[in-house]
Amino acid sequence: MQTVQNHTGAESAGVNAAANVDEIMQKVAEHKGCGTSGGSGKASCGSGAGENDLPPEIWEKVKNHPCYSEEAHHHYARMHVAVAPACNIQCNYCNRKYDCANESRPGVVSEKLTPEQAAKKVLAVASTIPQMTVLGIAGPGDPLANPEKTFKTFELIAKTAPDIKLCVSTNGLALPDHVDRLSQYNIDHVTITINMIDPEVGAKIYPWIYYNKKRYTGVDAAKILTERQLQGLEMLTERGILSKINSVMIPGINDQHLVEVNKAVKSRGAFLHNIMPLISAPEHGTVFGLTGQRGPTAQELKALQDSCEGEMNMMRHCRQCRADAVGLLGEDRSAEFTTDKIMEMEVNYDLDARKAYQAAVESERQAVVAAKQEELQTLAGAHSDIKMLIAVATKGGGKVNEHFGHASEFQIYELSTSGAKFVGHRRVDLYCQGGYGEEDALGTVIRAINDCHAVFVAKIGGCPKNDLKTAGIDPVDQYAGQFIEQSAIAYFKEYIDKVAAGEIEHVAKGDAEIRQGALIAA
Amino acid sequence: MAYTIVEENCTGCCACEPECPNQAISEASNGLFVIDPAKCTECIGHYDEPQCVAVCPIDLTCIIDENYPRYEAA
Repeated sequence: MQTVQNHTGAESAGVNAAANVDEIMQKVAEHKGCGTSGGSGKASCGSGAGENDLPPEIWEKVKNHPCYSEEAHHHYARMHVAVAPACNIQCNYCNRKYDCANESRPGVVSEKLTPEQAAKKVLAVASTIPQMTVLGIAGPGDPLANPEKTFKTFELIAKTAPDIKLCVSTNGLALPDHVDRLSQYNIDHVTITINMIDPEVGAKIYPWIYYNKKRYTGVDAAKILTERQLQGLEMLTERGILSKINSVMIPGINDQHLVEVNKAVKSRGAFLHNIMPLISAPEHGTVFGLTGQRGPTAQELKALQDSCEGEMNMMRHCRQCRADAVGLLGEDRSAEFTTDKIMEMEVNYDLDARKAYQAAVESERQAVVAAKQEELQTLAGAHSDIKMLIAVATKGGGKVNEHFGHASEFQIYELSTSGAKFVGHRRVDLYCQGGYGEEDALGTVIRAINDCHAVFVAKIGGCPKNDLKTAGIDPVDQYAGQFIEQSAIAYFKEYIDKVAAGEIEHVAKGDAEIRQGALIAA
Repeated sequence: MAYTIVEENCTGCCACEPECPNQAISEASNGLFVIDPAKCTECIGHYDEPQCVAVCPIDLTCIIDENYPRYEAA
């Protein structure tokens, strides 16, 4: 059909690959548990996966997808269009009633679009942001509870912007009914939110579902939901469509259980598991927000992700973005692309220019990898049990290139003799707004990165520098403008040398807070 | 009686619109949804429960409209 023919070479490869689905899924199933064995110098897999960690067919599908590859998210942007607002289940962590333009969390959206408006928006964004490679429909609501609007949107975009990859995010209840159609539209990535496989656990998360023209509640609802989710996942796997699983970590409800969920989804061919912290601020008005259900701490989240990592790829860079987010992860530009503004924009969709831009990004990306590999050589043969976290202020390109005061989030890397491994990010209030320091804001920054030994910045003022030192966090500005991982490895080498020489004593750091508030839109 | 949608609770999600067996539900100019009481049959004869109530994600949004007498099935 037309939409398939219009797709790019990479996606055609995906279609061919689907013919050998057993072989691919076998490779996915065999691929597991890297990154935790120290000393090999090999980069960790999962969210930090690189070309060498994945079967080539899988790598080809995910390499430019910011939501699948931690490394790609520095270079490529995504957008979500809100065309599908209806939902067929209720989750205790979701409330679509409240929306604020400055708020970044799944489910919120400032305006919903018709499929035609969405197609225009995609063209407008893609001609403004050439690194935009992925379009997702992620709600609010469930895209497959609104199949006509969802598929109409995909059809229009496949016609007008054939190089853009399409993906969809679903709760899975209606998934088995739509797998064949997803396959027809050449959607090779699907995200399913799976928070439980035990209906008793599910009853605490989902008050009801709407299925087969009926509302079900409690354990009955959760039982239907888990059966449909796992069936949908199996059907996707059979058709060679990549599946990522999202899970919300809810302390005391499903935190331990997610290890079982991880095993269940891996055995059914899921490619990546993204365990996210519960967002439950009371002002969001969710059931969990109102009952005071807390989210996990940074240490709890990392411990769970680490414990699942031996089983399958873990994703750690998710920003839990808005359902109408636009741009690079962590840098939402949705406010620039409201319907009013799009309608006035002159759209010049230049496919060749986009390709040229993306080729430049690709060569920059290779430079980042090369720099890291070179620096890793310096760690060869180094022996140390020390593992430490550092925070990095960056505005993209894989470089230390953001002023401490301008950072709205920090990227967290774990350093060891295996190298520098991305383990997450932390949102913070801007320390410096309008050029002056805010004492309270600095406190929140320190609490958010309190488990880090150092913070890498392009620049930092004297006052925050001293306060960070007092808090036991080393402010490092010597790597301004340089590649993150290369700099981190150099810093770590110096650090363990100093520890070995007795110049400094390595002390463990404490826990950190996951900030739940709004990400301030750019 | 017919059902009605409480405007301040409606999120405009449109879950109800395609489920209504009578095409009684439509989008208003403000993006929220309304029920035409002349077309609403409370789903009697179609389903065990009103479909707008069953599918609406927000409690107490689709409620009985006291202004209209109960629909009598022919």
